[in-house]
Amino acid sequence: MAEQQIVNGLFLGSIYALFAVGYTLVFGILDILNLAHQAVFMIGAFVALELVLYEHWNIFPALVAAMLAGGALGVLLYYVAFKPLRRRPDTYFSGLISSLAMATIFEAIALRVWGARTSRFPLNTFPDRSYQIGNASVTLLQIVILVVSLLLMLGLQLMVRRSRLGKGMRAVAENERAARILGVDVERVIIVSFLISSALGAAAGVLYGLSFNSVSPDMGRSVELKGLSIIVLGGMGSIPGAVLGGFLLGITEVASVAQLGSSKRDAIAFIVLFVILLIRPRGLLGRATVREV
Amino acid sequence: MCCGFCGRWGAMNWLTEFYNQNSTIINFIGLNAILGLSLYITLSAGLLSLANAGFMGIGAYTGALLTIHQHWPLWGSLLAGGLMAALLALPLGLPVLRLRGVFLAIATIGFGEVVRLFFINWSFAGGALGIVGVPQETRWWHIYLVLLALLFFFWRLRRSRMGYALEAIRQDEPAARTMGINTTFYKVLTFVLGAFIAGVAGVLQAHLRFIVDPGDYGFARAVDILVYAVVGGMNIFIGPLLGAGLITVLPEVLRHMKSWGIQPGPDRQLINGVVLLLVILFLPRGIVSLFDWRPGRRPRWPLFRRAETRASRT
Repeated sequence: MAEQQIVNGLFLGSIYALFAVGYTLVFGILDILNLAHQAVFMIGAFVALELVLYEHWNIFPALVAAMLAGGALGVLLYYVAFKPLRRRPDTYFSGLISSLAMATIFEAIALRVWGARTSRFPLNTFPDRSYQIGNASVTLLQIVILVVSLLLMLGLQLMVRRSRLGKGMRAVAENERAARILGVDVERVIIVSFLISSALGAAAGVLYGLSFNSVSPDMGRSVELKGLSIIVLGGMGSIPGAVLGGFLLGITEVASVAQLGSSKRDAIAFIVLFVILLIRPRGLLGRATVREV
Repeated sequence: MCCGFCGRWGAMNWLTEFYNQNSTIINFIGLNAILGLSLYITLSAGLLSLANAGFMGIGAYTGALLTIHQHWPLWGSLLAGGLMAALLALPLGLPVLRLRGVFLAIATIGFGEVVRLFFINWSFAGGALGIVGVPQETRWWHIYLVLLALLFFFWRLRRSRMGYALEAIRQDEPAARTMGINTTFYKVLTFVLGAFIAGVAGVLQAHLRFIVDPGDYGFARAVDILVYAVVGGMNIFIGPLLGAGLITVLPEVLRHMKSWGIQPGPDRQLINGVVLLLVILFLPRGIVSLFDWRPGRRPRWPLFRRAETRASRT
């Protein structure tokens, strides 16, 4: 029983982590919370669904297409909602409002295009096979979701740590002005960050839609709360923190659903968030920076 | 129905007629203006809270249950609804408001979601169906009396010690703290006051509409409230009034444009989003700034943290 819960928690946590990594990437670099991330997550799921359902694509190319669409949305988001505000002294504040406005717009568009009802992937989207590992049973879908999200997060981590672009990202996160003086193309770094962040968010949306087999215009809402709790838990702006936080929340949630019943499920994220804000606001892996100027 | 005056004074007659035809919208303009003001006070300390929809729900449930089960008079329910919301705001605000502003946005998004979930699962209060059959006790003058009291409060606030403190916090929090302003105290105070006002608005709304629907206090409502406050202009308390009026009337106007392919229901959200985006991009001080007729004042684009302050000019 416990093994089963850990397996389910790891699998759920990997989706949460993938979603939260996108949040934390943009926050780490721009110090802005992109509240439209959950809308990109939702649209990603719909794009994949549309391709699988009506164009009869295989799920993997559909996932890639959804990520591309998500990335494009991310760049659009930056140009429409964030770039015009960059010169203002209150970027963080107006950025929250403009990204919230974009989330509302995306959701309204999804509502108009796909309707309010819950849509589902066709039954044969994925072979229904399951395996026995010890006392736990795992479906092929769960394994694939876990592997895909781990690969994506690993790729991101390698890019940020090893590549020249990643170095630029870390430099901008550290100090934008200094990075600019040292010749980093700040604009490009920011655009690529939005692109990657939103592509990962869209991928998380597809995987989430697949695993619960439900896609609806408001699916981003509850995940948004979880993503926010995770980045606070892991430390705002920390990618390893978001991954760790994602898995921790996934396992906590599965365990507490088994103990308390599923109606409490979505409250767990809030409780985690509140406790962390109370006892360790900088998060598990966050740095204790005093910025605020 | 009509009083003796109407026959003698045509204007009065016309007013009664006008009210009878537009009572819903008149009531909702007032109600939405109160909601806008409930967020305005938090915004005036430079804080973005998305919990006011949740506080409104708490007020609505508290008021409706007291009226139905304890037969409280409306004013008692109003007070109780506001106090209940304020009481719950305190433990939420205290730990969060010591931290950077972004944590308040995060915590209040979470709080709103949890409040919604709680009401949906609360079988005593009807679960997902909500409470039906709340006595319709709210009259238009209840709403406008509350609104008037709030406007008076905010008018007096501007030149008060607290008003200056909020202005300072909004413009530069570390500097305000250095000057000896207890920033956490004032931030918590504005947050709790905002919750109180939202709670009162919730009670008024519950007693206006017969029903309390848990789906009514979710994310969409939180965005609505933000739109009222931001679109009108968040630097002056007339702003939310103007914003609420405009945004409430807008769907009615659009109803006459159906031939253009606009559906009032699903597109309301879209319009809200677009208006909010346009205002924050191009008119950050809200539509109030269009009416800034005072001589020698050029439009000031950046919202906050200007070197020149009201306080320094006096």
